[in-house]
Amino acid sequence: MIMIELIGILLFGGVLALIAEKFHPRAPVWTALAVIISAGIYLLWVFIDLPAISSQPTDPNNAQTWLMHISLAWIPSFGIRLELAMDGLSLLMVALSLVLGAVAVCSSWTDVKQKLGFFEANLLWTLAGVLGVFLAMDMILFFLFWEVMLIPMYFLIAIWGHEKRAYAAMKFFIFTQASGLLMLVAIITLASLHQQSSGEWSFSYFDLLNTPLSQQTAHYLMLGFFIAFVVKLPSFPFHPWLADAHTQAPTAGSVILAGILLKTGAYGLIRFAIPLFPQASLEFSKVAMLLGAAGIIYGAVLAFRQTDFKRLVAYSSVSHMGFVLLGIYAWNELALQGAVMQMVAHGFSTSALFMVAGSLQQRLHSRDLNLMGGLWQSMPRMGAVSLFFIIASLGLPGLGNFVAEFLVLLGLFQTDRWLAVIAALGLITGAAYCLILMQRSFQGEPSEKHRGLVDYGGREMVCMTVMMLALIILGLYPQPVLDVARPVVVGLLQFAGAGVNLAGLAP
Amino acid sequence: MSKIELLALQPIIILSLSTLVLMLQTSIKRHSGLARMIALLGLGLALLSCYSVSELLTQQNSGVAAMQITALIMVDQWGLFFTALLLFTAMVTLVLSRQEKAEDDRGDEYYLLLLLASLGAIILSQANHVASLLLGMELMGIALYGLIAFSEKSALGLEAAIKYLVLSASASAMLLFGFALLYAASGELSFAGIGAKAAAAYQQNPVLVLAAIALLLSGFAFKLSLVPFHMWTADVYQGAPITITAFLATVAKAAMLIVLCRMFIDAQLQHYSSFINALSLLAIASMLVGNILALRQLNIKRLLAYSSIAHYGYLLIVLIAASHNQTLITEASSFYLCAYIFSSLAAFTALANLHIDDGAEDQFSLLKGLFWSQPWQALLLTAALLSLAGIPLTAGFIAKFYIINSAVAGSHWLLVGSLVIASATAIFYYLRLIFAMSRPADTEASTVAVISHSQNLLAFLLLLLVLWLGIWPQPLISYLGGL
Repeated sequence: MIMIELIGILLFGGVLALIAEKFHPRAPVWTALAVIISAGIYLLWVFIDLPAISSQPTDPNNAQTWLMHISLAWIPSFGIRLELAMDGLSLLMVALSLVLGAVAVCSSWTDVKQKLGFFEANLLWTLAGVLGVFLAMDMILFFLFWEVMLIPMYFLIAIWGHEKRAYAAMKFFIFTQASGLLMLVAIITLASLHQQSSGEWSFSYFDLLNTPLSQQTAHYLMLGFFIAFVVKLPSFPFHPWLADAHTQAPTAGSVILAGILLKTGAYGLIRFAIPLFPQASLEFSKVAMLLGAAGIIYGAVLAFRQTDFKRLVAYSSVSHMGFVLLGIYAWNELALQGAVMQMVAHGFSTSALFMVAGSLQQRLHSRDLNLMGGLWQSMPRMGAVSLFFIIASLGLPGLGNFVAEFLVLLGLFQTDRWLAVIAALGLITGAAYCLILMQRSFQGEPSEKHRGLVDYGGREMVCMTVMMLALIILGLYPQPVLDVARPVVVGLLQFAGAGVNLAGLAP
Repeated sequence: MSKIELLALQPIIILSLSTLVLMLQTSIKRHSGLARMIALLGLGLALLSCYSVSELLTQQNSGVAAMQITALIMVDQWGLFFTALLLFTAMVTLVLSRQEKAEDDRGDEYYLLLLLASLGAIILSQANHVASLLLGMELMGIALYGLIAFSEKSALGLEAAIKYLVLSASASAMLLFGFALLYAASGELSFAGIGAKAAAAYQQNPVLVLAAIALLLSGFAFKLSLVPFHMWTADVYQGAPITITAFLATVAKAAMLIVLCRMFIDAQLQHYSSFINALSLLAIASMLVGNILALRQLNIKRLLAYSSIAHYGYLLIVLIAASHNQTLITEASSFYLCAYIFSSLAAFTALANLHIDDGAEDQFSLLKGLFWSQPWQALLLTAALLSLAGIPLTAGFIAKFYIINSAVAGSHWLLVGSLVIASATAIFYYLRLIFAMSRPADTEASTVAVISHSQNLLAFLLLLLVLWLGIWPQPLISYLGGL
């Protein structure tokens, strides 16, 4: 019930925020923050009671080895159940979502000028949907959350976005919906094959894992899932929606999009695409890794060319997510751990950069790098904060992103040496676009018209400090995160390696 | 005809009687409010009688819940369910008709025609003979000509009615000719009889039977406005008063689809592979063309017209894919029809409540700012559109689940592929409508519609239905599975 309650708190909190506006114009932000924090406390409180996360691998086949599991009847005619489960990976993702959710609320503090209640409600409903995605174990339920979380996100972009919001929101929705439909077809086909072989309808992950499939069928079904997840990730060549959606979304929307929504794609690959079709994924892993490597380089090149602050950060996400894709398909413990680490670290570093972009937009009414330059003079605190996150983003040792990228490269080297070399180039290109971002915005000649801009105040600094601390901890002492993810990773490797000989396992 | 048989015909009899009463009342004193009450009462009583007939059937013959009454009408649970659904839909249309007809003293004719059209529709839902099919179809069609042209103010209505008259008459002629050829080949006019004899006739004279089937198919395609027989749809939907547009999209088409399903099953049309192939072509063309044409519409009624073309294309997939599984046909098509009827009713209710019913080319601007000026109507319209788009938590998703499920079970990958492309296209125009509602309102153009309690209640009821079928569909699934 805990997981249902967690989602319920956020859903209900959205309604509360909507109502709260009637009482006081600023009440929705406080309500939203209180709701997210109470959800976080609830999660913590539950985990103090639970036995410590064991080092026993989480067996994908056996729900008993998971941290939590619940299964209730929903549509018995088709064996669709209200089935949720949590393991270390979902736990990490849920925690990340709640933290970044709170950050997103803070970033909407002064940013949102109109219809604040509806804004915060949509924010909370998106979070609820994302939590559902990370927890759902029934494939139809998973699909439901996958689609439904898009609707409030669509509203966030379409109502509070910037100049080209209509176009961006539409592009975002259609890309994800069209690929989602492919996944729905794949889910139904898989369940229908399972029904033919076992005689019973079931959409449960635990049942579908061992569906006997012919090689060709498995390949097509895997592609259905792969495309849906890779569009969300996004990987080259499915990234065109991302730059527009990120650029046009309001700051809080960009934080949610970059910090959390992109991770649902990576999560889906780790949780569903590979374990459901291990053999087909193995055969496909070369292509996926090539896409990842191409994404790293291509994203970096595109980012380097941008003159729009947010667009640059958006394309850097494509590059960073390329590491995640590489890490997942390299399919060994190091690389997978790296991918998980990258998901968390990227969540913080990119969200923070989007918040900087949002603050700049608020002050300069523009995101154009050509109009910036020398901002450090007038806003030293903001400059320092930006510098921190920019060097985090380029992978400076000691910060979270470095650990992630290093682990991915280390794991990848065991699988495919040359790809690791190409991917390592991403670190150089990363430095290029990150430094140019810093130079063009905060360094250089100070301009007359930028005199008297308001620097970061206390609330913003608190928010940023939380994220800086998170990245430093991830960089200096990543072990707790790795420990939480390890049972899952090992369990998955054991499971997927049981049937097939995955390339990554042979050193 | 025994007493039991008469009892089983209750819905049809009650509706016929109320038509008579309404005619009498009109001849004594013309009063549109009274006429409205009589029509509502007639539909309501007929709806209630469906329940008692259903009880009667379960008592009468345990297990086999079907009763053939004369050669023309088949009363079974499935038909009764649809009779009830169509009556409910007709009632909603009637309630919606209030605001337009209140000051109009000729309103009584409107209600009379609406009753006649509903009578035709429920005869169709219980017909299993060519004669009753034609009877029901023409009764419904002729009443609709009058209804479409009912709004005096616009020339569009007249144009629409004439278009519908000419095309619908030619479609009926095709159907008649098709039936005549079938009769020549098999010597039978009841669906089951055709099923029994036509296969043998096909062996002897394949051309005759195939020609008959081709004519039948084009006749049905006209009535269901499937591509390439869809030309009339957008114009007629645009010209008709909005309540009648709702009636056309829901009752009129659903009744035709029900009778097509029944004929498909009883006359065993699935054995003719050319028929199935032609049906597949129609389905694919309707899904794709309907949705693509809808993309560019600025008039919401036209947009919904094209969307309905696409939806009946989706529905055909059930017939094709489940052609060898009779229970799946009934269950899946029933659920889809329910979902589609409730969603489009919800959409039309919101539009009618907001008085978005002029012939203006660009109606999107009328929707601006709706989320804040009329949040409940906006919510209703959003839910309806998301349901039509097949987004989870709405009825439309479970319906789409059924369609994909039956297509996958029959391994019709071409149909699945077209469905995916068509649905992805469709999302664009549904979202455009929702997006329009979230725009800030033009200050001068915004007219605040006054919405009465009964309309709000109706809106709430439909919203509940659309969401209930999406969130907790099990009761309906179980019920439909038991039919």
